[in-house]
Amino acid sequence: MTSRLTKRQRRRLSQGIQYTVFLAALGVIGGLADWDTLQNQFFQTDLVKKLFPDIITIALRNTVVYTLSGFVFGLVLGLVIALMRLSSVAPYRWVAGIYIEIFRGLPALLIFIFVGVAVPLAFPGTEIPGGIYGKVALGLGLVAAAYMAETIRAGIQAVPKGQMEAARSLGFSHGRAMVSVIIPQAFRIVIPPLTNELVLLFKDSSLVLFLGVTLEERELTKYGRDLASQSANSTPILIAGLCYLLVTVPLSFVVRHLEARARRAR
Amino acid sequence: MILMPRKAEAMRAGTPKDAGAGSPEIEIRDLHKSFGDNQVLRGIDLEVDAGEVVCVIGPSGSGKSTLLRCVNLLEEPTSGKVFVGGTEVTDLDVDIDAVRRRIGMVFQQFNLFPHLTATENLTLPQRRVLGRGKAEAAETAARNLERVGLAAKADAYPAQLSGGQQQRVAIARALAMGPEVMLFDEPTSALDPELVGDVLAVMRRLAQEGMTMMVVTHEMSFAREVADRVVFMDGGVIVEQGPPAQVVGDPQHERTRHFLNRILDPAAAEPEEPTGE
Ligand SMILES: Nc1ncnc2c1ncn2[C@@H]1O[C@H](COP(=O)(O)OP(=O)(O)O)[C@@H](O)[C@H]1O
Ligand SMILES: [Mg+2]
Repeated sequence: MTSRLTKRQRRRLSQGIQYTVFLAALGVIGGLADWDTLQNQFFQTDLVKKLFPDIITIALRNTVVYTLSGFVFGLVLGLVIALMRLSSVAPYRWVAGIYIEIFRGLPALLIFIFVGVAVPLAFPGTEIPGGIYGKVALGLGLVAAAYMAETIRAGIQAVPKGQMEAARSLGFSHGRAMVSVIIPQAFRIVIPPLTNELVLLFKDSSLVLFLGVTLEERELTKYGRDLASQSANSTPILIAGLCYLLVTVPLSFVVRHLEARARRAR
Repeated sequence: MILMPRKAEAMRAGTPKDAGAGSPEIEIRDLHKSFGDNQVLRGIDLEVDAGEVVCVIGPSGSGKSTLLRCVNLLEEPTSGKVFVGGTEVTDLDVDIDAVRRRIGMVFQQFNLFPHLTATENLTLPQRRVLGRGKAEAAETAARNLERVGLAAKADAYPAQLSGGQQQRVAIARALAMGPEVMLFDEPTSALDPELVGDVLAVMRRLAQEGMTMMVVTHEMSFAREVADRVVFMDGGVIVEQGPPAQVVGDPQHERTRHFLNRILDPAAAEPEEPTGE
C-alpha cells in the first residue's frame, strides 16, 4: 500500500466529507428559502383547518372507492384474460394477447378520455352502468387488467405441474382443479405484485380529474386543485399529497415485506 | 378403519361395478404410447386381479411411469385398450373424471396441495369431487390419517412435514376417496433412506388389507415380500413377469439379470433420475 491511510480511515474520511457537503447544501437551501412565504403558500394553518374533515371524508374516501372499483374490475377481467391466454383454444389466446398488447401500450389518460368523452358521444343515449364509479372502474380497470393478466398468468404457470396432475388423478375436472387447487396457489404467488398494482391504481385514480365530477364525487387531486385555485394558495395540494402518502407508503412497505417473505419461503 | 378382509376374501369381494367374478380389476391390452417419434410403450399386455399387488420394475426411461399414467389416463394412449373394474377407460365416451375417482394415484414428488393442511388435503377432494358433506369428509379424513399413522399431524401444512410424512398424507388423501385400485409411481424414490420404511409399512398394510395395487418401485425387498407378481419392463415392453421369487430370485432373461445386478449392488447402482415428472 502506498497510501498512509488504512482502508477504514479512508472510508471514514470519505463519509465525513459527504455528510458535510449534504448538511451545507441543506443550510444553503434553508437560508435561501423565504420561510414565511413558504409556510403561507404551502401550510396556511387556517386553510388546513378548513380542509378537514372533507378532504378525508369526501376526497380520500372517493379516492379509495375509485381505486377499489378499478382494482376489482381489473382483477376479474385480468383473471379471465389470463385464463384465456393459457387456454388450449387458439382464438382465446389471440384475443387475450391482442388485448394485453393494446392496453399495456396506451396511456391511462387516453383511456379515461375515451371512456369519459368518446363512449358517450359514440353511443348517445347509452350510459355506462354505475355512473361515475362505472366509468372509473372501466378507465382504471381496462389498463390494470392487461398488467394483472400477465401477472396472474405467470403466477398460474409458477404452480408446479404435479399439482394439476394430482388434482386430476383425484377426479377433479380441469376447471374445478383450476378453481380449487391452482388459482388459490397462484394468488399467493401474485399477492405482492398485485398489491403493487393497487398502489399504482391509487395514484392513477387522480385521472378522474378528466372525467368531470360533481362536488361530492371529487377525489384527492381534484379536490386539492379546486380548493387551491379557490383560495389562491397551494396548501390544499400539499395536504392532498400527504393524504396519498398516508396510504401509498404503508402499502409499499407491505409489498416489500411480502416480497421478502416470498423470497424466504422459496 | 375400513379393514378389508384378507387377500383371498378380498379378491372374491371384488368391486361394486365388477360383477363378473374372475374378470381382472385392471386389464391392459396391446397398449402403445408415443411422444412424437419416441415410442415409449410398444405393446403392453397386463392384467391385475382384484386384491393383487403387482410391482413394476425396470431401468429408468423404460416406460414404467407412462404405463401407470395410461391406466388413469394422465397420458392418453396412442393405441390399445385399458379397462379398470370392467370399464373401458380408453373409451372416448367414458367420463374420465368418474373413472379417476376409483383409481388412487401416489406420485414420486407427493404433490400435496401446499396451501392446505393435511386434513384439508383430504377433505377438499372429497367435498369438491365426491360431494360429501363437511362432517363426513372430516370424519373420513381423520380415519385415513389415523390409518397412515399421522393423526397427530392433522393440522400441519405439507411444508411442516418430512418427506415420508408428506407421502403418507398423499396416500391417505388417495384412500379417502375410497378407490378400488391404487397406483404408486416410485413412492419412496424422493425420500431420505431413513424415511422409506414408514411409507413401505403403510403400503404393506394396505396390501394385506386386500387393496389392488400397481407399484413402480426400486425397493426390491418390498417387491419380494409384498408383491404377488413382479413385472420387469425394458424399452417399452414387458420382458418377463411372474412371482417375485422367480423374477427377482431367478430371472430368466439376461436384461433382467443385468438390471437386478445393478440395482442390488449399491456400488454399481446409478441414482435413478426422476423422468417425465
Ligand atoms: N410428457 C412427456 N413428453 C415427452 N416424452 C415423455 C413424456 N413423459 C415421458 N416421456 C419419455 O418417455 C420415456 C419413458 O419415460 P417414463 O415412463 O417416465 O420412464 P420410467 O418411469 O420407466 O423411468 C422417456 O424417454 C421419457 O423421456
Ligand atoms: Mg418414472
